[in-house]
Amino acid sequence: MKSRHRVFAVFSAAALLGGLLAELGSPAQVASAQGTPDSERGRAIYEYWCAPCHAAGPGHPGTQSLQIKYNGSLPAVLLERTDLTAEVVKVFVRQGVLSMAPFRKTEITDAALGDLATYVAEN
Amino acid sequence: MTFPPGVSERDFAAALDEFRAAVGAEWVFTSEEDVALYRDAYSPYWGEPEERVASAAVAPVTVEEVQAVVRAANARRIPLYPISTGRNLAYGGSAPVHSGSVVLDLKRMNRVIEVNERNAYALVEPGVSYFDLYNHIEERGLDLWIDPPDPGWGSVIGNALDGGGGWTAYPFRDHFGAHCGMEVVLADGEIVRTGMGAVPNAKTWQQNKWGYGPWVDGLFRQGNMGVVTKMGFWLMPRPEAYIAGTAEVFNDRDIIPLMDTLNLLENRHVVNGSTQLAGAAAFGQRDAPAWTLTVPIYGPEKVIRAQLEYAREKFAAIEGCRFVAQEPIRTPLSAQDRARVRLVNFGTPNLSTFASLGRSQMQPNPPGGHIGFSPIIARTGEELLEFRDFYRIGLAEISGGDDLGVRGPVFMNNWERSLVALIMFPISKDAKSNRRMRVAFERWVAAAGERGWAEYRAPAVFQDIVSDTYSYKNHALRRLHERIKDAVDPNGILAAGRYGVWPKHLRKEA
Repeated sequence: MKSRHRVFAVFSAAALLGGLLAELGSPAQVASAQGTPDSERGRAIYEYWCAPCHAAGPGHPGTQSLQIKYNGSLPAVLLERTDLTAEVVKVFVRQGVLSMAPFRKTEITDAALGDLATYVAEN
Repeated sequence: MTFPPGVSERDFAAALDEFRAAVGAEWVFTSEEDVALYRDAYSPYWGEPEERVASAAVAPVTVEEVQAVVRAANARRIPLYPISTGRNLAYGGSAPVHSGSVVLDLKRMNRVIEVNERNAYALVEPGVSYFDLYNHIEERGLDLWIDPPDPGWGSVIGNALDGGGGWTAYPFRDHFGAHCGMEVVLADGEIVRTGMGAVPNAKTWQQNKWGYGPWVDGLFRQGNMGVVTKMGFWLMPRPEAYIAGTAEVFNDRDIIPLMDTLNLLENRHVVNGSTQLAGAAAFGQRDAPAWTLTVPIYGPEKVIRAQLEYAREKFAAIEGCRFVAQEPIRTPLSAQDRARVRLVNFGTPNLSTFASLGRSQMQPNPPGGHIGFSPIIARTGEELLEFRDFYRIGLAEISGGDDLGVRGPVFMNNWERSLVALIMFPISKDAKSNRRMRVAFERWVAAAGERGWAEYRAPAVFQDIVSDTYSYKNHALRRLHERIKDAVDPNGILAAGRYGVWPKHLRKEA
């Protein structure tokens, strides 16, 4: 299906774990204003929920898995992708795929997901 | 829409209204799409009629909201299934054991209430993950370590209550064992604090586990007697260094003195780290060790050097044993060490464990999920050899001659004095394949049970059959659990069926 291929695609800057992660509170505590999705808030959500699996370098199973899947035809690191749309990101977060279980609304609210998807689509 | 069994539509609708009044409409989930987020992604019954699914979910953010929800549910006999972060994957995830239960999702209760550096403890709410607690400690520069399990996104409380373990020093890696004091909301909404927490204004809730009178904390481990809303944990002051040595023996039966030596070293508290035991990768290969045992030690560098030297002397008594000592690793980790060590052994939560479930060269089309068969076995070499033979025979016979992709056994020593022999079963979204796994899993449980091996923990859908193996004197222990359950939760609303304990109205009479 079409959406499946497009899913992990629009990330640019490589995300780094460790220090960054330590600076962030739980994204559940990151207020997401109603209305316009905010890419900067989305970054915090991404660092907290996505980067532990999808950042660059060893120890990131999502990246490892996508490396095998795409075998060089698309970047394995999500933030290096240029083909992901916000809608597709939302589908994957709420549907899950393989060992990645879906994320509930108590983990990533709809507003936070809007921010996250915008961040992913813009970067 | 799924409804709670035995509850009228009218009562259910009224209860949902009361939940909305308690927590806000935004935090009561009833649409098919929202409730589907609570499905167990690793369910061995995925998409089949027997899959355990929720009817709705409600997510309070304060203890008072938990009380209000529980009281409303109790009045109308609505089954609730509490989860903390909902990431108990392979053991049921965020789905209830009893289909139709309303999931009581505690993820929003995510406050680290206190981390006390001088007395080395933390007090947290159920929604706090290992990442959260780690970040809290790092941000404040506190000189304490947490003990993470394999995946860092799980709940500190939830993992302890489910019987989980981690990878640093004993006693901290026994997560329930390392807890100190709880706050629990009972089925009628009453709040109980255990241990010293029962003393108003006590300053020692997280400093003395036992308090006064009968100790009840164990009722809430793998239990369904209440909703745990706070829990204290003892933390390890950052150890200055880590050192490990590897003992190799070349005769298969030398596993017997190898284990005896390990037991002595652990029971004398010389070795405190999580040991790793590996059987021969290529059995019978010349010069390859039959068994390799890695013994890690945490502590001040000059002390652990001496401890490792003592371990070397003890292993030297085994004829032909080769012992290789590693150089100590100092903490906090340097960038180079950080890149080469297994981070969970250094108190750092991460998600790298999911690599075993994702795509790899060996596994280009992974099944996606897994469940673990994990009996507790005795810590002797004889028992290890017996279990290994049981596993080899079992692979052929119990699995009906099929190659199911079962992997194991891994001998884990997260807990003191015994071992857990872990065998992994792949679980996918394919009903036909999952059916074969279920049949095999049930056979393994029964065959192991006959030899006195029963599991420390079980996937939600197998909690009954594992409970059946704890059957001494006509299930006297389970009957005691049931009597307590009937007394403290007479309407049977909390986590029905969890770990084989069912309320009266849902119990299959033996």
